[in-house]
Amino acid sequence: MSKALLLDFTRCVGCQACEEYCAKENNLPSDAPDDKLNYKNFTVVLKRNHQYFRKMCMHCLHPACVSVCPVAALEKTENGPVIYYPSKCMGCRYCMMACPFQIPKYEWDKPIPVIRKCIMCHQRVKEGLPTACAWVCPTGACRFGDREYLLEIAHKRILTFPNRYVHKVYGETEVGGTSVLMLSSIPFEELGFRTDLPEVELPELTGTVLRRIPNVVITGAILLGGISWLVNRRMSLEQEHKETSRSEKRKKDKDS
Amino acid sequence: MFQTVVSFLRTEIRGMSTFRKIRWIIYLLIIIQGIYLTIVRFTKGLGATTNLSDEFPWGFWIAFDVVSGVALAAGGFTLCFLVYLIGYHKFHSVVRATVLTAFLGYALVAVGLLYDLGKYYNVWHPVIMWNHHSVMFEVAWCVMLYLTVLFLEFLPVVLEKFKFHRLLKFMQRATIPLVIAGILLSTLHQSSLGSVFLIVPEKLHPIWYTPMLPLMFYLSAIVVGPAMVIVESTFSAKAFHRSLEKPVLVELAGFLLIALIIYIGVKLQDFYIRDAFKEFFTGSFESIHGLLEMTFFIVPVILLGLKKLRQNPRWIFFSAFLVVVGVVYNRFNVCWIGMLRQSNANYYPSYSEIAISLFLVTIGTMAFYFIARFFPIFPEHEHEETTNHEHQTVPLKMVETT
Ligand code: SF4
Repeated sequence: MSKALLLDFTRCVGCQACEEYCAKENNLPSDAPDDKLNYKNFTVVLKRNHQYFRKMCMHCLHPACVSVCPVAALEKTENGPVIYYPSKCMGCRYCMMACPFQIPKYEWDKPIPVIRKCIMCHQRVKEGLPTACAWVCPTGACRFGDREYLLEIAHKRILTFPNRYVHKVYGETEVGGTSVLMLSSIPFEELGFRTDLPEVELPELTGTVLRRIPNVVITGAILLGGISWLVNRRMSLEQEHKETSRSEKRKKDKDS
Repeated sequence: MFQTVVSFLRTEIRGMSTFRKIRWIIYLLIIIQGIYLTIVRFTKGLGATTNLSDEFPWGFWIAFDVVSGVALAAGGFTLCFLVYLIGYHKFHSVVRATVLTAFLGYALVAVGLLYDLGKYYNVWHPVIMWNHHSVMFEVAWCVMLYLTVLFLEFLPVVLEKFKFHRLLKFMQRATIPLVIAGILLSTLHQSSLGSVFLIVPEKLHPIWYTPMLPLMFYLSAIVVGPAMVIVESTFSAKAFHRSLEKPVLVELAGFLLIALIIYIGVKLQDFYIRDAFKEFFTGSFESIHGLLEMTFFIVPVILLGLKKLRQNPRWIFFSAFLVVVGVVYNRFNVCWIGMLRQSNANYYPSYSEIAISLFLVTIGTMAFYFIARFFPIFPEHEHEETTNHEHQTVPLKMVETT
C-alpha cells in the first residue's frame, strides 16, 4: 500500500516543529534558510494571509524526475517515497529541469555537488513509522497514512466544512497524482502552487516517443540498407553496361 | 619530435602577416583565460563560475555547447547520406571536411558536457546504470556510439596518411554500414534532444512547446547540415587559400532551400494545428524572440529562392550563415528564453560561462585547422572531374590520394 502525507494548512499553527525534526532526522545543517527551500532543508513552513503552509517534495505517483534521470539515481519506492542515490548521480540536473514543482535543489557552491530533496523519511516508512514531520506535528496538520484513506479524509473535511476549505485537494490529480496531498483555505495559486499543471503523467509525454525508437531503428536500417543496395546495384549495372558497349564498339571497329 | 614542432612553429610564425599574428595572439589569450576558468570551475564548482540557480538549472552551456553543438554537427550525417548512400558524388570534395567537423563538434559537446555536469567523473554511468525511460539516457548512448562511428568514418584519412593500406581497405569496406549506423544514431539523438523538453509542458512557452518537438529538432538539424557545410567550407577556403568550388556551393544551396521550405512548412502546420499563431502577436518577450527566430529562416528562403542570388557564393554564404544563426537561436529559445517566465528566474550567462564556451570553440577550430593541414582533408586538385568512377565504388577515398 502506497503511503502518503496529508497537509491540512488550516490546522497548521506555524510552530515549525516539522522543520526542526526533519533537519534532525536527516542530519541537515542548522544554518538553513527558513523562508525558502534550498539544499540545506527539505521542507519550510511559510505564511500567507494568516495561513501557514508548507513546501516540500510532492512525491508524485509518476515522478518526472525518476523518469528523466539517465542513470536511475532517483527511484519511486513501493511505499511512496521518491528517493535519491547520490553515488549514481552524475549531476546533469535534468531532474531539476523536469520537476513540475521545482523541488530538487542543488549544492551550487560545492565543487562536487549533489541533489538534495525530501526523501519522505523512507527509512522510517520502511520500518512502518510515520515520517518525522508527521510524527512530530502537534495539531495533526500533517498526517501520515495510506493515500486512499487520506484522500477520503480530505474530501470528507471539505464536505463537512465547505466554508473553511478551497474545494480542491491539491495533489489528487496534478501530474497524475502525488503522494503529498494538501488542503487550504486560500486558493493554492496564491500560495505559489501551480494549479495549471496538466493531469497527465508527465513521463508519458516522453514515453510515447521513446517507445517508437526500436521501430524507427529497424525500419530505418532496412530502408537505408535497401537504398544503398539499390543505388550501388544501379551504378555497377551502369558501369557494366558501359564496358560491354565499349567492348562491342571495339569489336565492331576491328570487324570493319 | 620536440625539435620538429619548434622548427615548424618558427617557420609558421615567420610566414604570418601582422594581421594574422594579432589574430593568433587573441586566440592564445582566449585559451589562457579558458584554462584559468577551467581550473576555477573544477575547483570551486558551478556556483563560482555560472549564473545557474535552483530556479534555472540549465543555462548557456547546455543551450550552446550541448544542444546547439549537436545540431551544428549535423552536417556529418546528412552529407554522408547524400554521398555514400544515394551516390550523390558532387559533394565528394567536402565530405571529409564535414566528417571532421562533425567529429570535432561532437567531441566538443562531450567536453562541454563535462563542464556542465556536477559530478563529471560519473559521466560514464549511463553505460552501466540504465534507465530506459529517460530521454537523456538514450541521447547519452547515441552520442557515445555516434562519436565512435564518426571516429571510424574519419579513420581512413589517418590510415591513408600513414599508409596502412591493408587496414584502409578493410575500413573502406565498412563504410556503408558505418554510414547507415551514423544516420540512424543521428536521427535518434537529434530528435531526442527535442524530446528532452517534452517533459516540461508546464514550463516551456507555447511558441516552442509542441508534441512535435522531436520532429522540429530533427528537421532543423537536417536544415542546418548543408548550411554548416557552406559556412565551414567558405571559412576553410579562406584559411587555406583555396578557391571555393562554386558548383558544389550552388548545389548545397539548392538542398538547403528544399530543407528550409520543408522545415518552415511543417512548422507553420504545427502552429496552425496548435492554434499558436496568436502567441506571436501578443507583444510579449517570447513573441518577439519567436518572430525574430522565424525571420532567420524566412529571409534565407527568399534569398535562395531568387535564382540569381542562388548562383552567387556570397549570397549563398550569407543565407547559410543566417540559417546557422537561426538554428542556434531556436535552441536558445527552447532551452533558455522560453523557460524564463515560468521559472521566475532572471537568468543570463555569466562572463565565465561565455568565456569557457568561446575557449572550447577556439580549441575546436584550431584542432580543425591543424588536422586539415596535416591530413588529406581537401582534394589536391579542386577541379578534378568528380564523375571519376574509381572513387564512386571506393568511398571515403579522395580523388587524389597523397
Ligand atoms: S542530476 Fe543526478 S539525479 Fe538528477 S537527473 Fe541528473 S543524474 Fe539523475
